[in-house]
Amino acid sequence: MSGFAILGATRGMGKQLARRMAERGDSLCLLGRDPARLEATRTDLSIRSPHAEENAGIFTASCDLLQPDTFEPALESAAKQLGRLDGLIVTAGLFADQAQLEASSELLEQLLTADFVNTVLLCELAKERLLKQGGGLLCVFSSVAGDRARTPVRLYGAAKAGLSHYLEGLDHAYRREGLVTLDVKPGFVRTEMTAHLAPPPFAGEPSAVAREVLAAIDRGSARIYTPRIWGLILWVIRLTPRTIMRRIRF
Amino acid sequence: MTFRNAPSSASLPSVGNDEPMEPRPSSPLPAPGRARGRPGRSPAQGERILSGWGRYPRVHGRETTGDSLLRLSDGAVLSGGLGRAYGDAGLPPPNAQRPLLRTTHADRLLRFDPTTAVLRAEAGVCLADLIHVFLPRGFFTPVSPGTAFVTLGGMVAADIHGKNHHVAGSFGEHVRSLRIRTGDGKIRDIGPDREPELFAATLGGMGLTGHILEVEFQLERVPSPWIVEERHMVSSVEELIPRLSEVGREWPMTVAWLDTAQRGAALGRGSLWIGRWASRDEAPARAFPGIRERIEVPFELPSGLLNPTTLGWANSVWYRAQYLKQGRSLASPQQFFYPLDAVRSWPRAYGRRGFTQYQCVLPSEPAVFRSFLELFQRMGGCSFVTVVKDCGPEGRGMLSFPKPGTSIALDIPIKPPSSTPSTQQLVDRLNAFTLDHGGRIYLAKDAFTRAEDFRAMYPRFDEWTRVRRKFDPEGKLGSAMSLRLMGDAR
Repeated sequence: MSGFAILGATRGMGKQLARRMAERGDSLCLLGRDPARLEATRTDLSIRSPHAEENAGIFTASCDLLQPDTFEPALESAAKQLGRLDGLIVTAGLFADQAQLEASSELLEQLLTADFVNTVLLCELAKERLLKQGGGLLCVFSSVAGDRARTPVRLYGAAKAGLSHYLEGLDHAYRREGLVTLDVKPGFVRTEMTAHLAPPPFAGEPSAVAREVLAAIDRGSARIYTPRIWGLILWVIRLTPRTIMRRIRF
Repeated sequence: MTFRNAPSSASLPSVGNDEPMEPRPSSPLPAPGRARGRPGRSPAQGERILSGWGRYPRVHGRETTGDSLLRLSDGAVLSGGLGRAYGDAGLPPPNAQRPLLRTTHADRLLRFDPTTAVLRAEAGVCLADLIHVFLPRGFFTPVSPGTAFVTLGGMVAADIHGKNHHVAGSFGEHVRSLRIRTGDGKIRDIGPDREPELFAATLGGMGLTGHILEVEFQLERVPSPWIVEERHMVSSVEELIPRLSEVGREWPMTVAWLDTAQRGAALGRGSLWIGRWASRDEAPARAFPGIRERIEVPFELPSGLLNPTTLGWANSVWYRAQYLKQGRSLASPQQFFYPLDAVRSWPRAYGRRGFTQYQCVLPSEPAVFRSFLELFQRMGGCSFVTVVKDCGPEGRGMLSFPKPGTSIALDIPIKPPSSTPSTQQLVDRLNAFTLDHGGRIYLAKDAFTRAEDFRAMYPRFDEWTRVRRKFDPEGKLGSAMSLRLMGDAR
């Protein structure tokens, strides 16, 4: 049984991942900004835990990805409640349509800040903490959109590309010191966030993503495309020459 | 490649967990990839084409989703879950301005007491998820339909029944309390002893008496997560019907599958599946295998591929396969309860035209079933995996389907519009037969029944309508089905 802090467990893939972890008996500290949602998720996870509900070891702490000054207190609170922090999982982030981002520089700044700058700041704090105790897990959700620039998500993709680059660097630098970094690259997944989009072929389910991510955590992988098929799709996309990408306005 | 199929204005791929920053475009984007086929015009802004599990009919409508049913149900025309209703029960009235509330993202467990085995959960919780959490701990749903991919809200709205109806009744018998938002906008907690009339109207009420927000029900304790299963071959419908009642006296779970392609003496030959939960000693040491969709029908097959000839072959192949599986064995819940769940989106095999399922309950007499099957064959019908189950006494739901007798479910591919008899004529003729024998059809499967036939089958319809109107005087809730069958004004 291990103890993890998780930012983004109230929705989508984060919710499913937290469920699979709680169901196998892990202790979790849910980080988030909406206390009512955190509490509802905590109850759900406590019932799912094989331990008796009152000792399920599911906690909450306040944390807002847009407010870096909440990061350190949140990690501190998580470590305290869990007894020992074995890792941090970040599935939260912001998302907006390209058109909206182009129309508002304020919105764009917010997205870039949350998905790149602040996520990196949070990971740096967690990294320090984990290295001090001899290692741990840093599992962060990036996106296949960061693999190759795609016209309708080029700004969002740029933030995710930066994030993946950062995570790769952590892996190169600190793996031997016991810090395992997992860069999760989901393809199109049917969640609340994508409910208004028509799913493309190979669209995945959040529960399948959660299963695969958990297996990757157990293996100690550094990177995972999920659902798996997206690894193959992105392999082809990365190999496609630029002239073709321009022509099809990829 | 893949991306080319996506709407060009939409943003993807993306991390599904990220939160939209802005007030999202207030209504869903149209789905251009689906705009082909019925109905003729393409969807207006914010609309998409919706259909049930049988992919017929298709209507234009709006959809909204999220994890707060309390907030979202205010203003929605109907709630829908995983879309396993075959016909139009889970569809909004065509061109409705108010959206269908898709509940699947509101799927939290709210309260569980292991000593009483009472669970309270949000309406969007999926049965497969519940099994995954509770079966390893020795609890199972007291009543299970033929798929695990249904929501709790859907199980209440259709008052589903299962292989154990003859001993356990329908799901509604095990519901202790519901929280619903009625059409008048109020949130109400109802149950067998609180607003019993509204409660009885809601069980099997197809979501038309209110949005189901939370469900509290009694789980069943089971000794192990495995089933002791026996399969017996039966050579004709004359053997099948009495054998089904006979085994029902000893076995809590019974079902039969019959071959609709045979004629004469072999008409209705098939296989009897009976089961009970394995005791701790009988259960293997293996871990509980879970419920998974393993294979996918990745695209629509051509309509007409499944026709009486190919379905006849399929029935024969399947019948022979059953021969090899005779006798006693240990089965996982997926093998026993949800064999079809292994193939994801199997309705695509019926093609663009889709299919309908005709499920009715008839008196448990072989002669009745023989005439019914002969009539079905004369009308050019053929069906694969035709399920026959015994029903026990009626439950308290005013529009609940089961009543004493035996139910049969036929999959009917939708015929091309020019063919005679048409699918409508086929269903009309089967309905006349069902009515003659005091039976009725199951709303969760239906897409073709006429209002007058439906009302003749459900004697408590007027009572139900009175309750429905009392809590929804302005008619805010409705569905494509209520427009067709329940006299809603357009």
